[in-house]
Amino acid sequence: MTTYSDPYASSRETTEGTVFSVTGGDWDSLVTEIGATKEERVVVNMGPQHPSTHGVLRLVLELEGETVTELRCGVGYLHTGIEKNAEYRSWTQGVTFVTRMDYLAPLFNETAYCLGVEKLLGITNDVPERASVIRVMMMEFNRISSHMVALGTGALELGALSPMIFCFREREKVLDVFELIAGLRMNMAYVRPGGVAQDLPAGALPKLRETVKELRRDFKDNDKLLIGNTIWMKRTEGIGFLDLAGATTLGITGPVLRSTGLPWDLRKMQPYCGYEDYNFDVITANTSDVYGRFLIRMNELEQSLRIIEQCIDKLEKLEGAPVMVADKKIAWPAQLALGGDGLGNSLDHIREIMGTSMESLIHHFKLVTEGFRVPAGQVYSAVESPRGEMGVHLVSDGGTKPFRVHFREPSFNNLQATAAMCEGSLIADIIGAVASIDPVMGGVDR
Amino acid sequence: MGLIVGLEEKLPSGLVLTSVEKLAGYMRKNSLWPATFGLACCAIEMMAAGAGRYDLARFGMEVFRASPRQADLMIVAGRVSNKMAPVLRQIYDQMAAPKWVIAMGACASSGGMFNNYAIVQGVDHVVPVDIYLPGCPPRPEMLMDAILKLHENINNEKLGPNRERIIREVEEAAMAAKPTHQLKGLLA
Amino acid sequence: MFGAKGSGDTSGYGGLVRTAASSGSSERPYGGYFDEVADDLERAYPDFADAIERVVVDRGELTLHVKRERLVEVSTILRDKLLFEMCLGVSGVNYPADTNRELHAVYPLLSMTHNRRIRLEVSVPDSDPHIPSLVEVWAGNNWNERETFDMFGIIFDGHPGLTRILMPDDWRGHPQRKDYPLGGIPVEYKGATVPPPNERRSYR
Repeated sequence: MTTYSDPYASSRETTEGTVFSVTGGDWDSLVTEIGATKEERVVVNMGPQHPSTHGVLRLVLELEGETVTELRCGVGYLHTGIEKNAEYRSWTQGVTFVTRMDYLAPLFNETAYCLGVEKLLGITNDVPERASVIRVMMMEFNRISSHMVALGTGALELGALSPMIFCFREREKVLDVFELIAGLRMNMAYVRPGGVAQDLPAGALPKLRETVKELRRDFKDNDKLLIGNTIWMKRTEGIGFLDLAGATTLGITGPVLRSTGLPWDLRKMQPYCGYEDYNFDVITANTSDVYGRFLIRMNELEQSLRIIEQCIDKLEKLEGAPVMVADKKIAWPAQLALGGDGLGNSLDHIREIMGTSMESLIHHFKLVTEGFRVPAGQVYSAVESPRGEMGVHLVSDGGTKPFRVHFREPSFNNLQATAAMCEGSLIADIIGAVASIDPVMGGVDR
Repeated sequence: MGLIVGLEEKLPSGLVLTSVEKLAGYMRKNSLWPATFGLACCAIEMMAAGAGRYDLARFGMEVFRASPRQADLMIVAGRVSNKMAPVLRQIYDQMAAPKWVIAMGACASSGGMFNNYAIVQGVDHVVPVDIYLPGCPPRPEMLMDAILKLHENINNEKLGPNRERIIREVEEAAMAAKPTHQLKGLLA
Repeated sequence: MFGAKGSGDTSGYGGLVRTAASSGSSERPYGGYFDEVADDLERAYPDFADAIERVVVDRGELTLHVKRERLVEVSTILRDKLLFEMCLGVSGVNYPADTNRELHAVYPLLSMTHNRRIRLEVSVPDSDPHIPSLVEVWAGNNWNERETFDMFGIIFDGHPGLTRILMPDDWRGHPQRKDYPLGGIPVEYKGATVPPPNERRSYR
């Protein structure tokens, strides 16, 4: 049935009909062939490797002309078995696994997991205040960096190239902060059960204040470029509509839910880590479309900056406070310091455990090799990640390794809404809708 | 079929061949176009390497071709699951020679921290890899270092009969080399 | 050698008081809003005592263990009368030691109107791993039930399209069950071989 003999791109007959492979440059021959079959509906595969699908997401579209009549998502291309792997590691080592699920918001994964472990241990009130403040500050910085990627890649997929560069420029500033405090730009494993791994280095607070100032100044670049931009609004207004009823029954949370007008934010409604002490607003929109979600993300950046400023003020007052829980049977023992050959165990700590205190040596050894024991039970703890409610269901059987770690990832549930948002719209609108859901495939597939 | 227009089919010999190799290597390395194969966290660092601060555009590489037919370099950035492996192979097959592969990150090089049922333990089980780049995720500067090393390799690549000779020599060296299990490192 | 078992513990490790997994219900009053929830449910659902096997209040969270036959009814009442509008997914757990109740499915529920959270838990035996699907009640459970089927083998009756979602479509076995191996390979480096995580010495 082919009119040409390209060995890579001939069509073939299957039980479902004819399958055409396209290699570009032969579009009109493809059209003539499809025309010959008199089929109005074409099934197109926007495969896992695609520049616009936000990661390894497979979209199977049934098209009639340019209108999408049916849309199905194929996920699982990034399934890593993190949840099963965590059952073979101690509770603290689980943090390093869990941090790589939603790789744009690693600190949220870590904090949700650690809050769950602390709930199981019963030490939620013993976590020092400085640790909670540092957690909040790092989470809000992470929210900024995650929204930057969401906005940048969303704009890139819709054709706006400059916002991508602007957003990644801001993101680099936030990653500098992460590197200063946690040591790594991404996937830091910084939040540990009981507190955080190490305190802020000296001279961090002025640098943080400076970063906040720079960010506030530079966010305006994106504002000026996109808000009110006719082309942007034409591509995003009225697209990807999902109202409140649809969102609640599909279990959608986060900016998508807030774009329907409901101000549901776990930081306000079920505060954790001391969020009740901070002044910030919950941003909503009432248009339930891509433009509304875009505005929510832009405005949440400013709210995050507000929270960070309040955190910095609190940290100044809490200078010298501990950052790990006082119970030596749980607290992560290693103190890290910058040595001559890079970051490693601080020499003071080594002097203590090798020279002075046998008990510290034993604690260090047992905690690092075996880990602490967590009483049996199950717990569900949730945080408000940039994408929605990230919940973790932890089951412990009393041992040093988790019995079951299950993450309720917001991206997984939010992605189910693609079909509801996109069926009946044009192909180009799918891109915008998926970008507005902002799925992170590492979180979807875990 | 149309004309045979590949360089490999029309090689001279001897001294002219060396000059052609140098020229071809220089041309190829300076306009290496990567194919988007960002999978997980390393993809974000790859995007950061292509963004403003760590600029890949200075090597002519900021244009990440979406279509593998137009790309020369596949940077496998991220963990390759068993479900994704056939897709990876298909994209690699769709690329036109000459093509190179960088395995970016620990997960692509060896399975990384995920030694389990779901992840392919090293993308070299699926595609031939030219450069392995460790890191979790590797900094954008590490990625650029890997790309520059690849540029050097491409610059020195041989063509025609020289290429066959090199391939034979490498294979013989590999057959005669000490197996990994007998390398004791500092313990020996 | 390592690990505190029995009472040979001298280091203080193992001194953590372990709450044994409660095999009985918690007693009234449950505390907080749990009493209200339990009372409202009893009033709205007269067969409460028959359908709910156990009510457990632990670490500030309420878990209702529901019989699988009554799951859809209880969920509909929770959604409509008690206003638990959102179900946050399904989490499967495999307890191989719990004979005849090996597979559990846990549904965290959220009521945005009242700002409350509870949990439903259903237990099914390995030999008959069927649970009625809650897609009709909360549409968002669609993919979550597919994932639980994929990972544990729990079959949700009435699901519109129960197929594998995370693993390749022709995969055999259900990976997150306890009897499924982790599947790692030994790693060789400079003369030493490190076994995969599930085969290493455990400091348990």
